[in-house]
Amino acid sequence: MAEIVLNGTTKRFRDVVALDNVDLKVEDGEFFVLLGPTGAGKTTTLRVIAGLEHPEEGSVRIAGRDVTRVPPAGRDVTFVFQQYSLYPHLSVFDNLAFPLRSPARRVDETEIKRRVDGVAEMLRIGGKLKNRATQLSGGEMQRVAIGRALVRRPAVYLMDEPLSSLDAKLRAELRLELKRIQQDLGATILYVTHDQTEAMTMATRIGVISAGNLIQVGTPRQIYGEPRNVYVATRLGQPAINLIPAGAIPGVLAAGTTTVGARTEHLRIARARNGGANGRVDWIEHLGDQNHLHVTVGGHKLVTLADPSSDLARGDEVSLALVNPLCFDASGNRVGAP
Amino acid sequence: MAEIRVENLHKAFGEFIAVRESNFTVGDGEFFVMLGPSGCGKTTTLRMIAGLELPTSGRILLGGEDVTFNRAAARDIAFVFQLFALYPHMNVCRNIGFPLKCAGMSHSEIRERVEETARFLRIDHLLDQPVSRLAGGDRQRVALGRAIVRRPMAFLMDEPLGTLDTEFRDMMVRELRELHLRIRATTVYVTHDQLEAMAMADKIAVMSRGVIEQFGTPQEIYDRPASMFVADFIGSPPMNFLHFRSGLEKGRSAVRVNGAEVAVPTIREDRADGDLALGVRPEHIAFDDASKLRGSVFGAEYLGTTQIVTVNTEHGQVKARLSADVTVTPGEVVGLKLRSDRLSLFDKSSGRAVRTALYEEAAHG
Repeated sequence: MAEIVLNGTTKRFRDVVALDNVDLKVEDGEFFVLLGPTGAGKTTTLRVIAGLEHPEEGSVRIAGRDVTRVPPAGRDVTFVFQQYSLYPHLSVFDNLAFPLRSPARRVDETEIKRRVDGVAEMLRIGGKLKNRATQLSGGEMQRVAIGRALVRRPAVYLMDEPLSSLDAKLRAELRLELKRIQQDLGATILYVTHDQTEAMTMATRIGVISAGNLIQVGTPRQIYGEPRNVYVATRLGQPAINLIPAGAIPGVLAAGTTTVGARTEHLRIARARNGGANGRVDWIEHLGDQNHLHVTVGGHKLVTLADPSSDLARGDEVSLALVNPLCFDASGNRVGAP
Repeated sequence: MAEIRVENLHKAFGEFIAVRESNFTVGDGEFFVMLGPSGCGKTTTLRMIAGLELPTSGRILLGGEDVTFNRAAARDIAFVFQLFALYPHMNVCRNIGFPLKCAGMSHSEIRERVEETARFLRIDHLLDQPVSRLAGGDRQRVALGRAIVRRPMAFLMDEPLGTLDTEFRDMMVRELRELHLRIRATTVYVTHDQLEAMAMADKIAVMSRGVIEQFGTPQEIYDRPASMFVADFIGSPPMNFLHFRSGLEKGRSAVRVNGAEVAVPTIREDRADGDLALGVRPEHIAFDDASKLRGSVFGAEYLGTTQIVTVNTEHGQVKARLSADVTVTPGEVVGLKLRSDRLSLFDKSSGRAVRTALYEEAAHG
């Protein structure tokens, strides 16, 4: 059992409350992603769990053991940082073997070789083991950094935006690989990012964090489909969710709704016939991955994903209707959310 | 503002050819993006336009004037490196006015130009603030202000958004594009990020190993990639390739992909038996049990409204963008239906696209 439990954990830096009474449970074998903007408290959470920061209040438990007062080396965790920091004078093999050769661990060399080869195979860098760390591409270096965490087989892995310094293509590739490796190993990972795509595609569960508070925890589908409030709704989705006053677009709304949240799947858009139009297509934005349809309805500008088979064009008159949209009350909470 | 014309531009560093016989014209007021992986020659081309590097041969014309061997300072161009670099000890007004001060302009004239620029960027209320106290977006606007205050004939930008995180970058992409629509300055922008290129460019040149692989509007390049390199570089996920072997017959509108008949845009050239690739964008794939093109689901990546489903087929791995409502299970065998009017065909030996009805639309306008 390698779960992580934070109980009422509070961390302050002088006047700034970085973590505000956080309760969090990461289950054994779970890929848990903390999602939030810069300064939300994501990295502080990781550092508190790793023992690099000490909370003023509350406790940290790893694998059932209270480690709140245990120094970092005694916690059986590994940390993968955003910037891969490899030993430039060592080969890839020696970089991977480094944590195992620590005098405190005393793993024998045949076992080291077995583990390093296994991890290198998994990360597809088996052919590069003899290379100097500096002779690798950025993606390969980051794989070595992740590999160095994997050889130790700790109870939990802590990862701080490990993919953010890579280019888009490599990031997409490593996303899939990291998820596959986590499933193969059954590893418990707490992963921190501001990138919603990473959170959505890799997480077993996502925790949305803001200003030191955990706002909502749930599966990607729960967070996306049943956000607790407007803040969570705006964190996920590309294009971002459209927020419009109730009544601006026809559709059935829950009682007490003041603001409607409408994503692509909540809008029925059809070319207007015989004067039934309530909107007009402003333009279609061609992006590298998909096309965004920009529509104006009663003075409100909406952005949705363009249906690839649609033939709508700039200036077309359209009729829009809401289909089971998200309903928010005056204080920004979703109507009917638990 | 001015047109930039590049003619037979060639640059060799010893044995290594960085830019090979490059020809293109950036129209007056156009936002032109040079896109390619590192080492493709895009930055070298930009540096030659700026006058920071001299070509081995060829010409560069700025507003009709040959500037090939003019010194950088003698070209009326603003070079934007990292947008973020501001002078931390100066306030907003001094930061923006700095290039004018260097040019020896009078104090009152500088003040006037800076105020005008600041109004334009909607930061005129911040002029007396120290830059250290500004929010990220405002800092970026100040840096932009410093570039546009000189009113040069053209802007050259080298990966200006390279170091920003995704969310902030998306915002700046929008802002740069909006600014361009307002001032219509001729701009040459270098990036390796296809999303930036697609979202901002009027025209894109996709470069690989010193050669322009394709020059066109974002839509042309996305819909009708001229080569497998371009098809693979553009799109997220990029275009999928189904590999097969066949001959091609002019006038036919179908190919046999290892036994499965697939409708394609009408083929316009005869070809002997050879290795081919059928190119299909992720959004042009649907699941259809009746299709003979089959594969097994490897995994799905949930993205909210849509999902990317990876399918292993005997012709190669493909990624399909489907609605998130479609339930898929790893291991499940599915049939793939491809949207026939949007498919590309490539000759694998040369990597070039085969001429079809789809590609002819491009040639005719």
